[in-house]
Amino acid sequence: MKLTREEVEHVARLSRLSLEAAEIDALTGQMDQLLGYVEKLNELDTDEIVPTAHAVPLENAFRADEIRPSLGLERALQNAPQTEASCFVVPKVIE
Amino acid sequence: MSFSQMSIRQLQQALRDGKTSSVELTRACLARIAATDERINAFVTVCAETALAAAAEADRKIAAGAVGPLTGIPIAVKDIFNTAGVRTSCGSRILENYIAPYDATAFAKLQEQGAILLGKLNMDEFAMGSSNENSAQGPVRNPWDLERVPGGSSGGSAAALAAGQAFATLGTDTGGSIRQPASFCGVVGVKPTYGRVSRYGVIAYASSLDQVGPLAQSVEDAALLLGAVAGYDPLDSTSVDCPVPDYLAGIDGGVKGMKIGLPREYFIAGLDPAVKQAVEAAIEVYRGLGAEIVEVSLPHTDYAVACYYLIATAEASSNLARYDGVRYGVRQQGEGGLSGMYEKTRAAGFGDEVKRRIMLGTYALSSGYYDAYYLKAQKVRTLIRADFLKAFKEVDLLLTPVAPTAAFKLGEKTDDPLQMYLSDIFTIPVNLAGTCALSLPCGMDGQLPIGLQLIGQPFDEARILQAAKAYEAETDWHKQRAPLD
Repeated sequence: MKLTREEVEHVARLSRLSLEAAEIDALTGQMDQLLGYVEKLNELDTDEIVPTAHAVPLENAFRADEIRPSLGLERALQNAPQTEASCFVVPKVIE
Repeated sequence: MSFSQMSIRQLQQALRDGKTSSVELTRACLARIAATDERINAFVTVCAETALAAAAEADRKIAAGAVGPLTGIPIAVKDIFNTAGVRTSCGSRILENYIAPYDATAFAKLQEQGAILLGKLNMDEFAMGSSNENSAQGPVRNPWDLERVPGGSSGGSAAALAAGQAFATLGTDTGGSIRQPASFCGVVGVKPTYGRVSRYGVIAYASSLDQVGPLAQSVEDAALLLGAVAGYDPLDSTSVDCPVPDYLAGIDGGVKGMKIGLPREYFIAGLDPAVKQAVEAAIEVYRGLGAEIVEVSLPHTDYAVACYYLIATAEASSNLARYDGVRYGVRQQGEGGLSGMYEKTRAAGFGDEVKRRIMLGTYALSSGYYDAYYLKAQKVRTLIRADFLKAFKEVDLLLTPVAPTAAFKLGEKTDDPLQMYLSDIFTIPVNLAGTCALSLPCGMDGQLPIGLQLIGQPFDEARILQAAKAYEAETDWHKQRAPLD
């Protein structure tokens, strides 16, 4: 299959990346090459194979619901580009 | 006295005997950084003032007799570890002003045991790269040849050691990011079993593959560091609650009677002749030391790179969604309200390789393609892991090259992502299998170091360290120093 420029633009929107036309062009070729390479996985019959999400068997890690010290407001906000009244400020979402 | 060739245990003894002080060691490292790092670019942040203050405090503790295994030893960590109060930029423009509000557990453990933080080490942006050329703070240069890459993504962690700027460093390894730079720079690097070391406070790339590990000048130093950072952490639910052995206790046990497997798929046509020759010579050393050498097969090796670049990029696309210009990082104003701000912030903040991986991962997870790409890769991962577990029924450990070649030239592979990815062909399968491995120096290709990889069973780091120590005791490769002066 051949990846189209439109598909790459769609993925850029999903990825929340505003890319220049030249970046889209370059990525279309590179992603097409990489997706061509990973096609080799289809040589393997995996119908009966269970997928591995983690190499170590994991279970839900429960803990007692106890109040413990945490980061605190000041440190949680210290890196924010814009804050007001102990909140993160973002561009207006609802008109 | 000269410290550059001393082990951490020897330095500890010298500190206890009053033959040196932590302040003197720290000053020596800072002087070395000042003299060499304009050429190497291993450090992105140097914490001279706080390091010297911490060293003075360590000297007071040593005088009072309160000494841990790392008290007063100057170290440095990859800029992926949160270090409270210190800039933690992860090689990215998007985090160039980010001051960590807390400590990563692995770093906190080193600090609790008395280690002195010299600074933060350069890396490929968000740990994505095999050459350290993807850093917003510029490439790192290999101390052995300044025209060549140090490997990546923990390029700064390996180069700083090779340049004699620190006594030990921490890195992270998602597809070879500790072992490949260790190999290119002629130092020891350990990728522990997934779950062995806490990832809390380590900026995430691919969460099912990322693991923290030490880089050091010798196997013994690496073992000491691993013991210092390993163990269960309630703050990382993927860390595993199983006892941490004393990695130094049996390290001199030798390899007599050990069964070492050579996976035939790792000795392929693409292997550089110098690398092949060095690894074959290492096999003979092991045979001479009484190890039994047998050939084994890991039949799905050839699928590992494809499998990795779907799983790692998919996980990365999800992990990196957090860089949205709201809670931290550099924000760019854009047209179109909140979404416009996200899109401009991320477009300006991420470099090309990070964008490429986010795009590939988003595609692999997107509607209609999930089964064909991501799920398929997870199933192939099962086959790759099963290969290793089957091999470990026959042998105690596996021996392979770390990389197909020694360090390549800056710019050599930057235009061809696939060629760059294929340089990790021998390290990636270990991360997919979730087991442990290390790299140690085993020869030279002209003026460039070559690395030997030992792969161990899950949570059997002690055995590969023991086997590595036996080799190191028999050879002088680890004593070679980069011709920097």
